[in-house]
Amino acid sequence: MLPQGLAYLAAGFGAALAVVGAAFGIGKLATATMEASGRQPEIAGDVRTSMIISAALIEGVTLFAEVICIILAIK
Amino acid sequence: MAPALLGHHVLAFLSAASPGQAAAAPAHSTEGGNNWMIEYLSDSHTLEIQPFGAINLPQFPPVRFLGMTIDLSLTKDLVFLWLAAFIVTLALILIARRNQRNLVPRGWQNVIEVVIVFVRDEIIMPTVGREGVKFLPFLLTVFFFILTCNLLGLVPNFSTPTGNINVTAGLALIAFIVIQGAGIAKYGLAGYFRGLVPPGVPVFVIPVMAVVEFIGLFTKPFALTVRLFANMTAGHIVIFSLVGLIFLFKTVAVAPVSIAFALFIYFMEIMIGVIQAYIFTILTSLFIGLAVHQEH
Repeated sequence: MLPQGLAYLAAGFGAALAVVGAAFGIGKLATATMEASGRQPEIAGDVRTSMIISAALIEGVTLFAEVICIILAIK
Repeated sequence: MAPALLGHHVLAFLSAASPGQAAAAPAHSTEGGNNWMIEYLSDSHTLEIQPFGAINLPQFPPVRFLGMTIDLSLTKDLVFLWLAAFIVTLALILIARRNQRNLVPRGWQNVIEVVIVFVRDEIIMPTVGREGVKFLPFLLTVFFFILTCNLLGLVPNFSTPTGNINVTAGLALIAFIVIQGAGIAKYGLAGYFRGLVPPGVPVFVIPVMAVVEFIGLFTKPFALTVRLFANMTAGHIVIFSLVGLIFLFKTVAVAPVSIAFALFIYFMEIMIGVIQAYIFTILTSLFIGLAVHQEH
């Protein structure tokens, strides 16, 4: 296989792995939020705010990985 | 540049498989004529008004400034950026004027007032606290401007200003200046940078902590940039890919499914536009809070 092909493969796998990680993280986050607001509906608003912030931070890390993959793919 | 390259690599398979559509692409294509997806996603000097043709925007010779060559010509994204700024300014000033005359809010005043109270009580209060209320005008401007930019992209023939990485970088740069300015204004220049390293850590950790925290200052606006840009571009790519499936399979039978999914994504785009404006605002507010409360 050509080195260039390997690079494209790496970019694809990298993007996919980053998404798997983010999906797992946000999934766990959503689970915990649902459980917390189910147990104590009166704090649902606060919990949702914290969830959105954490989800955005996880998403940020994932987007760094995706940017690296895009750079790898277009070089 | 970035959206063009992104679009090119994600969708090379589509443009290669749709020569029929390629013929319909505008004549000013640069890469062989079959990159209609990139034409749509990237910035250009023409304003397309699809059934009626296109307007060529005026171009000016590049300006030389500090050794850099800067092209200050009008582009598609810039026009809609100005349009968004115009809409936000005009609408909010008119609504605010009316608010001064009658104290009981009516109509649109209610909508805007709900957003303002939400930003104050649900975004600023938990993240910055009472002293953050002085950032309310800035955060409200950011929220309404990004919201308008995001939603402009959903109007046919319009481009998404926030789908251009330069626009989101500019917004994040403004946020960066406000965040650092808030911290420096409260603690002083030396005090602010000393406060980046929390007190009480072992001496040999301090250099590492200082470097990490200093890099952290710049990754925050970078994350804001990429998040907004990626979210706004991804939705458009998905809609385009779904519509592109019709040309890929070269049959009309796929059309109902494609259109249904594209419509679903379109409605999701409306939601994402609002959520991303909210996330940009709350994260800016959170970072202001982190800069202002160094004891955490």
